[in-house]
Amino acid sequence: MNLHEYQGKEILSSFGVRIQRGIVAQNAQEAVAAAKQLTSETGTSWHVIKAQVHAGGRGKGGGVKLAKNLQEVEEIAGKIIGMDLVTPQTSAQGKRVHQVLVAEDVYYPGETETNEFYMSVLLNRGTGRNMIMYSTEGGMDIETVAEETPHLIFTEEIDPAVGLMPFQARRVAFNLGLSGLAFKEMTKFVANLYTAYVKSDSSLFEINPVLKTSDNLIMAVDAKVTIDDNSLFRHKNYVDLRDVREESAIEVEAGELGLNYVDLDGNVGCMVNGAGLAMATMDLIKQAGGEPANFLDVGGTADAARVEAAFKIILKDPAVKAILINIFGGIVRCDRVAQGVIDAYKNMGTINVPIIVRLQGTNADIAKELIDNSGLDVMSATEFQEAADKVQQVLA
Amino acid sequence: MSVLVNKDSKIIVQGFTGSEGTFHASQMIEYGTNVVGGVTPGKGGQTHLDRPVFNTVLDAVNEVGADTTIIFVPPAFAADAIMEAADAGIKVIITITEGIPVADMITASSYIKNKDCRLIGPNCPGVITPGEAKVGIMPGFVFKKGTVGIVSKSGTLTYEAADQVVKQGLGITTAIGIGGDPIIGTTTKEAVELLINDPETEAVVMIGEIGGQLEADAANWYKASGSKKPVVGFIAGETAPAGRTMGHAGAIVGGSDDTAQAKKEIMRACGIHVVDSPAEIGKKIAEVLA
Repeated sequence: MNLHEYQGKEILSSFGVRIQRGIVAQNAQEAVAAAKQLTSETGTSWHVIKAQVHAGGRGKGGGVKLAKNLQEVEEIAGKIIGMDLVTPQTSAQGKRVHQVLVAEDVYYPGETETNEFYMSVLLNRGTGRNMIMYSTEGGMDIETVAEETPHLIFTEEIDPAVGLMPFQARRVAFNLGLSGLAFKEMTKFVANLYTAYVKSDSSLFEINPVLKTSDNLIMAVDAKVTIDDNSLFRHKNYVDLRDVREESAIEVEAGELGLNYVDLDGNVGCMVNGAGLAMATMDLIKQAGGEPANFLDVGGTADAARVEAAFKIILKDPAVKAILINIFGGIVRCDRVAQGVIDAYKNMGTINVPIIVRLQGTNADIAKELIDNSGLDVMSATEFQEAADKVQQVLA
Repeated sequence: MSVLVNKDSKIIVQGFTGSEGTFHASQMIEYGTNVVGGVTPGKGGQTHLDRPVFNTVLDAVNEVGADTTIIFVPPAFAADAIMEAADAGIKVIITITEGIPVADMITASSYIKNKDCRLIGPNCPGVITPGEAKVGIMPGFVFKKGTVGIVSKSGTLTYEAADQVVKQGLGITTAIGIGGDPIIGTTTKEAVELLINDPETEAVVMIGEIGGQLEADAANWYKASGSKKPVVGFIAGETAPAGRTMGHAGAIVGGSDDTAQAKKEIMRACGIHVVDSPAEIGKKIAEVLA
């Protein structure tokens, strides 16, 4: 589950990680009120208005702007809220901005130069351990850093038996070239950040930039936080942090029906049991001359209700010119799935696109008979290649 | 011969009396698998499916000599079940449970590292040695005995591959579902290695998907091993959109080597017979064994 910057910062802050302070606002008036409150708390009269959407690169799309007085706060917040923000990580249509974070300006002048770093915490799949990845090159795309100056990226892997050790936190601070107060601040920052990552059951923290302020404080200016969905059962307080407005409406609807669905751009819809077979089916559609319109895993119980729900979801996409159902019946019997398809088809009334049903496994022969004798405009297949050939045929 | 499980394996079921455990244990017993009992804390001393129920895995090891376990325990308790099995001296731990928190698996995989055991899964269909033991949730009838080993991340795609192999008049030594989670006990490379070293296995089918380095590691190992046993490979997800599940930073660790295309290239370069179509796995295995 992805969080907004302001939500991620709240979690960080609750574990003692210093953050750039801010208040979330739903409209320009709230933004002005937020700015006034921040001024009274922090003394700063400059504010940064930041679009809250689940996408990186917000600054590049005009979603992060400095406001030097309350009038500018109102103007900028009014412009950003409601805009369709296009960033390198969104589609060309962009993402609608529903709220902004009004944040204190932390780049104030002082005794030293400010400095930006990069830091993330994530799982190293190769070793099965968490690691802290960090770089002196903050504020820019870490992909670019990895490509151009890979020697400026450091990692610190954590032994789960003992957790992050003080010498590791010191090594991070040394590698970032810090000394004095900033050094101490960084060791504390790293330790608290790692604690927050573990205690919140996150699967990704990306803090870019981590800022050394002019008075040598270390703080998180941005926060990308992803919580491990599998752990939500023990973090009931995080469940409400989900913002479905950030997700594809059709995917949310599919999720509520218990279907694992990902919307794609193609012309052949598919309904498959099992994620691996679903991906393989998408690949086969492509090889048959089509383009997959979706990924859809119906799961283990492909009964009439689920098949009907899946049909409805797939048919919402006007680009769909054919539907391929590919079920390998193991525990779930093919004849039951076939009956489910027939019942769903009848309940739906007319379906105006050709349907190819490929059922293999337990009772596949009975299933084929059911489909063939149903009188419906449904083509049956038993072999994988046969299904592909039929897709090719209907697209021709 | 076969690998991991056979007719002599003494298998227990953790989460034995739950609905999943009961259903699949019945299917396993019906297949002829040597299920010697099960574990459900608090129900020790009872009998379930004509087998004894134990409170702890250690009791099952001491009383019926269990050496293999299959875990159906719910996600919140599954990592604990894995560690309990390892602590009790179980040699093969097959974990079916889907949805275990990553943090729990970090702990479990670190805990079992120095124990004498092998973890398969989690989030996998299990392991089957046709005609001897089905320790998993796969439909047993699809798998006929033969000389082809199968390694796969996915459930139904494993059944598909087995079905294609069998329809070519061939059969399977052992099929290993390694699971699709970020942290799994046995990697593609380790499973392929087990099968390549099995004298009865004449060829291996290796099925992967996008993400991670497992297939590339297996391919590089295969090349370095100098083995003459043919391996047929398929990677699912050529058409899957990039970056849907992996975050920014995760993509860096994976590099650009984890797309279907990149994986296939590495596999081909290592002498693996890669098929682009998932419908051609069976045909290709027949061809390389001809």
